[in-house]
Amino acid sequence: MTLLPYLVAGWIFLIGVYGLVTSRNLIHTVGCLSVTQSSTYVLLLAIGYRDGGTAPVYAALPKDARVVDPVVQALTLTDIVVGATVTALLLALVTQLHKRHGTVDPDELLALKG
Amino acid sequence: MTRRGRLVLFLAAAAVVAVLLVAAFLGLPQFGGSHHPYGDRAVRAAFAHHTANAVAAVNFDQRAFDTLGEESILFAAVLGAMVLLRQTTGERRRPPRRARVSPPIRRLGMVMLPVALLVGLYVVAHGQITPGGGFQGGVVVATALHLLYVAADYGALERIRPLSPYEIGDAAGEAAYVVTGISTVLAGSAFLTNVLPLGTFGTLTSGGTVVLLNAAVGMEVACGVVVLLASFLDQAVEIEAPPGNNGAGPAEAAGGGGNA
Amino acid sequence: MTDALIVVALLLVAVTATAAVLNREPLRQALVLSFLGLALALLFAFVQAPDVSLSQLAVGSAVTPLMIVLTVRKVRGGSGNDARKEEER
Repeated sequence: MTLLPYLVAGWIFLIGVYGLVTSRNLIHTVGCLSVTQSSTYVLLLAIGYRDGGTAPVYAALPKDARVVDPVVQALTLTDIVVGATVTALLLALVTQLHKRHGTVDPDELLALKG
Repeated sequence: MTRRGRLVLFLAAAAVVAVLLVAAFLGLPQFGGSHHPYGDRAVRAAFAHHTANAVAAVNFDQRAFDTLGEESILFAAVLGAMVLLRQTTGERRRPPRRARVSPPIRRLGMVMLPVALLVGLYVVAHGQITPGGGFQGGVVVATALHLLYVAADYGALERIRPLSPYEIGDAAGEAAYVVTGISTVLAGSAFLTNVLPLGTFGTLTSGGTVVLLNAAVGMEVACGVVVLLASFLDQAVEIEAPPGNNGAGPAEAAGGGGNA
Repeated sequence: MTDALIVVALLLVAVTATAAVLNREPLRQALVLSFLGLALALLFAFVQAPDVSLSQLAVGSAVTPLMIVLTVRKVRGGSGNDARKEEER
């Protein structure tokens, strides 16, 4: 249990990169990138977790309540939204590539260039 | 490099990375442990500035300058996607066909739309006291508007969503953040210091500049996501490649116009 | 009890992430990605991060898959190069 969350984060990272390396469709590649990205969320939140802690929101909590780490949560939450817009930018690039070259297969694109 | 060669190279590298990762994980603080030096200090700082939601305090007070950076990435990404997805010369615009939506779905959508919109605005407004804030609420507001696409059709969505106000809103959100920062400088302290009256702990106006920055981010995210989804919908539903491009005509002309 | 829930959510995340990578067909991948988004949102709720969970729920299970689906539609419908290849297979 103590190591499982970290191992899951590592696994998501590696499987995501495997997808990036072997992908044959750039849209699929972008999807794999967003999988890879989620490994950082799992890792950060796992580090911030505290046994028996509650969410760091004190609206209805006594001020000495035991809470989990708010810093890593703040890092993660902004990144999720910003990451989505970056994914959108990449997908827009894929659309443009397809308009220019008529394919979204990275190997075919490489062949066009060479 | 061949596919096989690439795979072999990846597997070798992945094995090394995996070993290094496990070694690093063994050195990390234990999962669920109670040693959180930054977390404890962040919570104390949040109390000092009367912000009940410590996560919002970290984002919009203690790390306000970093959040400006994040916001700018978002702004730049939306701008870039918009430029890439605009209608280029030679592309035709085809008005989408009216799609028929079954009445139960239409009614459900019409009921859910205001509810979802309200929930989104609530989440933005209460970011400093309850879980939520500009980033999450903004996305909810933007996706709520698109219920109209599900419940009615693309034409209805386009009528309530003239794009230019959203483009302006996106830029205004970014600008409001920077202006807040500059006003704090003019007030005699450092960039983005929390100088406003802090208010009563746990009320809607508590937290000083957190409220303003939160609202600015909410506006930017909501408008940005609307503009993004609009650009993608435009490309997928309306804009057609010119005939003869890449030796192919509109292959899916018959399938266009409906709900994706 | 919480620990058990966290373990279940972690395993669910690992499985859906693997499935999302191994589904080579972008449309199916978009569907699996939205399941991954849901699983992540659950996990974040269990580790007491409601802020992050909200954010992940909105983005991961709706916005990102939607954009992927729209891109696929554009690419398939736009020019026939890919469509023709698909037919040849």
